[in-house]
Amino acid sequence: MPAPAKAIRRDISDPPVIEIQNLSMRFGDHQVLRDISLVLPAGQTLVVIGESGCGKTVLLKAMNGLLRPTLGEVRFEGIPLARMNEHELARIRTRYGFVFQGAALFDSLTIADNIAFPLREHTRLSAAEISDIVESLLGEVGLPQSVATMKPMQLSGGMRKRAGLARALALDPHLILYDEPTTGLDPIMSDVINELILRARSRDGVTSVVVTHDMHTARKVADVILMLYPLSRLPPGEPQVIFQGTPHDLDNCSDPRIRQFIEGQAGTRLSELKDEQARDQAQSTPPTPEHSQHTEDET
Amino acid sequence: MSNRARNRDSAGRGLGDWFATQIANLGEFMLDRVAGVGDVAIFSLKTVGWIFARRQRRDVLLPSFYQIGVLSLPVVALTGLFIGMVLAVQSYSQFRAMGLQTRLGAVINLSLVRELGPVLAATMLAGRVGSAMAAELGTMRVTEQIDAMESMGANPIYYLVVPRFLGCLILIPTLTVMADFMGVLGGYLYSHLLLGIDYHHYWTNSREYVDAFDFLMGIFKTFFFGAAIALVSCHRGFNCDPGAEGVGRAATNAFVHSFMLILVLDLFLGIGLDNLQDIFHPEGPRKLL
Repeated sequence: MPAPAKAIRRDISDPPVIEIQNLSMRFGDHQVLRDISLVLPAGQTLVVIGESGCGKTVLLKAMNGLLRPTLGEVRFEGIPLARMNEHELARIRTRYGFVFQGAALFDSLTIADNIAFPLREHTRLSAAEISDIVESLLGEVGLPQSVATMKPMQLSGGMRKRAGLARALALDPHLILYDEPTTGLDPIMSDVINELILRARSRDGVTSVVVTHDMHTARKVADVILMLYPLSRLPPGEPQVIFQGTPHDLDNCSDPRIRQFIEGQAGTRLSELKDEQARDQAQSTPPTPEHSQHTEDET
Repeated sequence: MSNRARNRDSAGRGLGDWFATQIANLGEFMLDRVAGVGDVAIFSLKTVGWIFARRQRRDVLLPSFYQIGVLSLPVVALTGLFIGMVLAVQSYSQFRAMGLQTRLGAVINLSLVRELGPVLAATMLAGRVGSAMAAELGTMRVTEQIDAMESMGANPIYYLVVPRFLGCLILIPTLTVMADFMGVLGGYLYSHLLLGIDYHHYWTNSREYVDAFDFLMGIFKTFFFGAAIALVSCHRGFNCDPGAEGVGRAATNAFVHSFMLILVLDLFLGIGLDNLQDIFHPEGPRKLL
């Protein structure tokens, strides 16, 4: 079934919601992202795809300052995040919504308290007003009012994801970041989440970034798709972003790495993984005297 | 490749290289420890800063106080009662050999209010509450709940650490009072009912050798113990490694590190407070025997 027509509201006078320049992220000796640049205009939905471990979630967390870049800059609505102190960063994060992979609802609070958390933290609304907003948000994500008093552990995975989305929507964010929103859900519930992402975007033209490996989600919700490639498998000097374009361009792309991913084919990947494992074992085994002698003879 | 791995790889190329590797590893180990202490110090300063920066919400504070104080009370009371009785059992034979069994009350109560009560309450708190705090915060770190809090513009130290810190700091003295009380009671009951020591002599000797300074000295130390337990445990939880193994290790380390810190603090505070006592009692310590 074709995806429904998307009403994209853009104002060319608005600064881009997210602007990333030459972003690199390194954890100790392990480099995850290298020289990533992108511009995300208001109202658009960017979907980031790529293999596990290619740095999608790291990119998402760099977008709201949860991770600080090793090099480069991230700007939110024209403001560089790296120059902000903790207080300023906390204030600007009220314009973000973040839907985590496992929903990341607070175990010790009820669903209603989870959704009310950002409202209690950042607004001076009365308890009755907050309760009304929580009720309306539960309705918006299709959760019954009875879940309000339940703890997150009492809900199914799909319900928790929807409660996480309701919490992300509580402060009417300008930008919503979704980390693997459909992972671990059945196909019907995955599509419910996709519909909710589309519906959330229709609220005042909210901008969205969705990290996923679910190609159905990518095709359904994306205006622009960006594909990252793991640095460990990338030849030196090649850009880490191997695709940036519309879903239609992606389907017509002839790059074998992209075709392999979107068609979900292992190809030669299993033999590559075995080679990597053998290489790692060889590196971690200290050379024996025989090996050393042999190497010296060869040289 | 990490420095330590590089250092390991260079092993096996001769004795000189082996020594160089060991020295490099030792240096790296020391640097890690110093960085760790610095990290705990920054974490502690941030926690203290947030106590004054913003008032705590009642609905956040009270559950922490309930967990730390009310739920620890039975276990602290029970251990206090038994430690008092154990002291009576262990001291009686020695004191009877010298014909000083009527002074049992003095030695039991002095040991309890100065040392055993505070250290026992702190140890029970580290075991019952410290490990639980590290495991809870560690699970929150692993399941991205702490990231979620930050992403909503809420400070995790304000919400998660400050209530636990205040709970430990304020409630450990009350737990110590309970441990002291139950220990004194246990010691007396065992001495009077089972060892047949006279009520009058037991309490007269106690009053003579145990004064308010001894009691307050014990209570004073507990503020440091409580702060150490909360900060070490919360720090372990916040810096938990991924997975169930990481959470388990955080909980274990929280107890082990807290317990070691309690004993080190007890030694240095004991030395400092003894010197202070010399100022107030220049005539020297009272002789028990």
